[in-house]
Amino acid sequence: MEVYKLTAHEVRDKIKNKEISSKEVTESILIHIEKTDPHIGAYVSIRDEIALKRAKKVDKDIADGKEISDLGGIPMAVKDNICTAGMATTCSSKMLQNFIPPYNATVINKIYEKDSILIGKTNMDEFAMGSSTENSAFKITKNPWDTKRVPGGSSGGSAAAVASGEAFFALGSDTGGSIRQPASFCGLVGLKPTYGLVSRYGLIAYASSLDQIGPITKDVEDCALVMNAIAGYDSMDSTSANYKKVDYKKSLVKDVKGLKIGIAKEYFEEGIDYDVKKQVLASIEIFKSLGAEVEEVSLPHTKYALSAYYIIASCECSSNFARFDGIRYGFRAQGYENIKDLFIKNRTEGFGDEVKRRIMLGTYALSAGYYDQYYHKALKIRTLIKRDFDRAFEKFDLLITPTAPTTAFKIGEKTKDTLHMHMSDICTVPVNIAGVPAMSIPCGFKDGLPIGMQIIGNYFDESTILRAAYTFEKNTNYHKERPNRR
Amino acid sequence: MSIRIKDVEQVAERSRLSFTEEEKEGLKDQLNNILEHVKELDEVKLEGVEPTYNILEVKNVFREDKMKPSMDREEVLMNASDTQNGCFKVPKVVE
Amino acid sequence: MNYKTLIGLEIHSELLTNSKIFCSCTTSFVGDENTHCCPICLGLPGTLPVVNKKVVDFAIKAGLALNCEISQFSKMDRKNYFYPDLTKAYQISQYDLPICHDGYIKTEADQKIRIRRIHLEEDAGKSIHTNEGSSLLNYNRAGVPLIEIVSEPDMTSADEAYEFLEKLKAILQYIEVSDCKMEQGSLRCDVNINVKSEDGTFVSNIVELKNLNSFKAVAKAIEYEEKRHIHLLEKSENTVKETRRWDDAKNETIRMRSKEYAQDYRYFPEPDLGTIEIDYDWIEKIRETIPELPNDKKKRFIKEYNLPEKDIDVLMITKKMANFFEDVVKEFKDVNMVSNWIRIELYRRLKENNTEIDDIKFSIEDFSKFLELIKKGTINNNAGKKVFKEMYETGKTPEMIVKEKGLIQIEDEEQIRDIVKQVLKENPKSIEDFKNGKDRALGFLIGQVMKLSRGKANPQIVNTLIKEELI
Ligand SMILES: [Mg+2]
Ligand SMILES: [Zn+2]
Repeated sequence: MEVYKLTAHEVRDKIKNKEISSKEVTESILIHIEKTDPHIGAYVSIRDEIALKRAKKVDKDIADGKEISDLGGIPMAVKDNICTAGMATTCSSKMLQNFIPPYNATVINKIYEKDSILIGKTNMDEFAMGSSTENSAFKITKNPWDTKRVPGGSSGGSAAAVASGEAFFALGSDTGGSIRQPASFCGLVGLKPTYGLVSRYGLIAYASSLDQIGPITKDVEDCALVMNAIAGYDSMDSTSANYKKVDYKKSLVKDVKGLKIGIAKEYFEEGIDYDVKKQVLASIEIFKSLGAEVEEVSLPHTKYALSAYYIIASCECSSNFARFDGIRYGFRAQGYENIKDLFIKNRTEGFGDEVKRRIMLGTYALSAGYYDQYYHKALKIRTLIKRDFDRAFEKFDLLITPTAPTTAFKIGEKTKDTLHMHMSDICTVPVNIAGVPAMSIPCGFKDGLPIGMQIIGNYFDESTILRAAYTFEKNTNYHKERPNRR
Repeated sequence: MSIRIKDVEQVAERSRLSFTEEEKEGLKDQLNNILEHVKELDEVKLEGVEPTYNILEVKNVFREDKMKPSMDREEVLMNASDTQNGCFKVPKVVE
Repeated sequence: MNYKTLIGLEIHSELLTNSKIFCSCTTSFVGDENTHCCPICLGLPGTLPVVNKKVVDFAIKAGLALNCEISQFSKMDRKNYFYPDLTKAYQISQYDLPICHDGYIKTEADQKIRIRRIHLEEDAGKSIHTNEGSSLLNYNRAGVPLIEIVSEPDMTSADEAYEFLEKLKAILQYIEVSDCKMEQGSLRCDVNINVKSEDGTFVSNIVELKNLNSFKAVAKAIEYEEKRHIHLLEKSENTVKETRRWDDAKNETIRMRSKEYAQDYRYFPEPDLGTIEIDYDWIEKIRETIPELPNDKKKRFIKEYNLPEKDIDVLMITKKMANFFEDVVKEFKDVNMVSNWIRIELYRRLKENNTEIDDIKFSIEDFSKFLELIKKGTINNNAGKKVFKEMYETGKTPEMIVKEKGLIQIEDEEQIRDIVKQVLKENPKSIEDFKNGKDRALGFLIGQVMKLSRGKANPQIVNTLIKEELI
């Protein structure tokens, strides 16, 4: 039995039935990583000993007859911008190469409470800036479906780890599509929850008003299990929503009858690959055939989302990244003349080009005389984009779009400039601007590469997304495909 | 109005970053490209539209004035590359 | 030509909360370097702020006490600048929507000094400079809550600025939101100053003054700058827009940096925090906690106790002092006597020892009994001073001290007359002097009698008897 090919809930069943122990699962995954990761490059750090120790503890609990959670004893991975106490958290940047947080992110505590086995931290675009995971200070992560291609980004390491069986599920973060786009490129389920549903405490901020942590899993059921573990109010995060606790397992219902689904028309216009479009529309037909009511809907301000995103994200990051000065933690340069020189050298040598570019844009846009022209205006555009969604959700339960305009592109294909790279985020960015939840699920293949469909829900209505996605999954086989590395 | 090398230098100074002449040229072009793209926002009528500060309209989130133990000093200084007498050490700060 | 001085003040005042503004670390001044820090106030990546409610309560309270409007809607903003004391490289502060605005303080001359705004913000850490060309950073103060109070440029003299500060300090202390200790840095004051010729044709550029570590320094720096500004204008020159610091040793202001290239703080709304919305009920609840404020108290004291104004100023120098005075008066009705003993003996000692009235060792009852002993003549004034000193130092009851030291006043005329006679016999020269009209001789003789009685003789009786014996 190739354990690594199973889903988390399948492994859970086997552990609960004592067919296999958590230690055995963990060991087999560690061996699989050893064989596979040299080709994929999903991880930036592994902590095998602690993982095995935790696995043994779970096995003992089971032997003692203790009830274990749905994610108990299951190896998983975490994007390296989520703080783990005592374990390096680098954001794949030279700046934080040696940074060991003295505290856990809230989601890490929650994952530990469920006794999941944290195997390691995954590679990413430096400070979550990028859409391909080529922009890491350490290495390029490859797409398990085709190692000449990118896994997407910025949570590319997390997606590649799950797709290649190096973890049963992973946590990523999504600021403009960084969970959904890599999930799409790697044939996985990726959910960006409603802004505020999952605590951001301990997530090293890129753009505070857009960032959200979410799961990357092999199927929809696993997504529900992870959401059960990580969602919920956190008093450490002032932007955390005090929303009623939902059991997402209850959303795993095979029924979309009467669901009103909107085809967001602006998301099918220029720039979207013909086959991607065709496959997503064909998938919508499946929903229709299962009893959903489908209709076209317009979200007229969609085209402005990318511009608003540039401004909001770069302004916030220019401020968020100012703290990286190399004094209390982080990269320290050699040979500086004075305090200002120290700041400049630490930052110039510690940050990669893309990070510096966005800091520059943000600093410029926030400067005196430009605030109204850029940030303030972007926040007003944000109001309009949010209203588009509010209006759409008065009529529809869900909106469906492609997740990304294309399938996974080749390594090196789009590294030249920021604008070009950002085009792969055009379908995902509006969702972050509005703060609504959205999921990418596999809905087909083009030339052996997965295509993702994005299902967008109303605020805090992850349940309906899960229900539709689950129904789709039960009527298709895309999620059962596993990559054969080539 | 577009960004000139002089602006790049000023923004770099404010960002505490330094660039080679070649990098400055590249940045100038890239920033101009993006700002050109972002100009499309000028077409949108925004009169009477309120800015959205936070998407969930979070208000009055407070904690009680309760004290909790702080970290041990070793832990506070743990990630610093230069320390002295229980403090973070930097070149002399002059004003 | 005549010139008018325009002075505006910016006061930073640390709030008396238990914990910091965005985390649960203590605000205490006592402790080793970098021991009052956590991931949040250290600004470690990934951490998030959560506002301490008490900080908002205190800001509202200060606003109400300073006659401000309280904003129904306010928010926090980031003020971005690189400085090693600032752990996040931005200070969470308030920009366009401060929590309070449009208040004032009234001076004794019934002038309104307007307050433009009061906003919330966090304090920064501190750096200690070494001799080896480095600075050592201590973040214990990083994240301590502050209110920044910004006045309009309504003050026209150093005296007026001084009075404004005294009044502001008294109010903040009265409402117990800040202890306003300038020497500890819990109150800091920056000055903006310029002068204008009476006809308005000559105006100097505004100069900012920093590093003012006492109210006296504020006044001195203002006086210095006033002269400097006028002097430059009269030479047909002008001041430079700049920040200057006060050098206490040299008694002059020294240029720190130009303001021509003002820092660009790139303010924007803090995305990690929600808005602060204050309704009527909240404001009223805070209003109920505001005690009688200094101005009202003073008016009442004048009416109720009929004491000189300058005495009342001392009696109500702090709220606790005023309360102490009123508590004693309840027990012991001679207001003048209470006032004198508090102002002269007690206040002096408190100041000498740099202690607060709540740290004194004796009770209100003992103090009242003590005054009673003097009033009844059980001890005389001189002995009273000794008893008071002992009470202050040991906390013993006055009766006990009087007994231990044998300080009870001698009232017996015959006993005193014996001493008088003895003194006169021993000092024929003084009698001579007295008869020749030298009044000082009488004082000397009285002193000798008191000395011989070890201070216990009733001075009035001594006086009468000496005169009787001499004439
Ligand atoms: Mg301030
Ligand atoms: Zn703290």
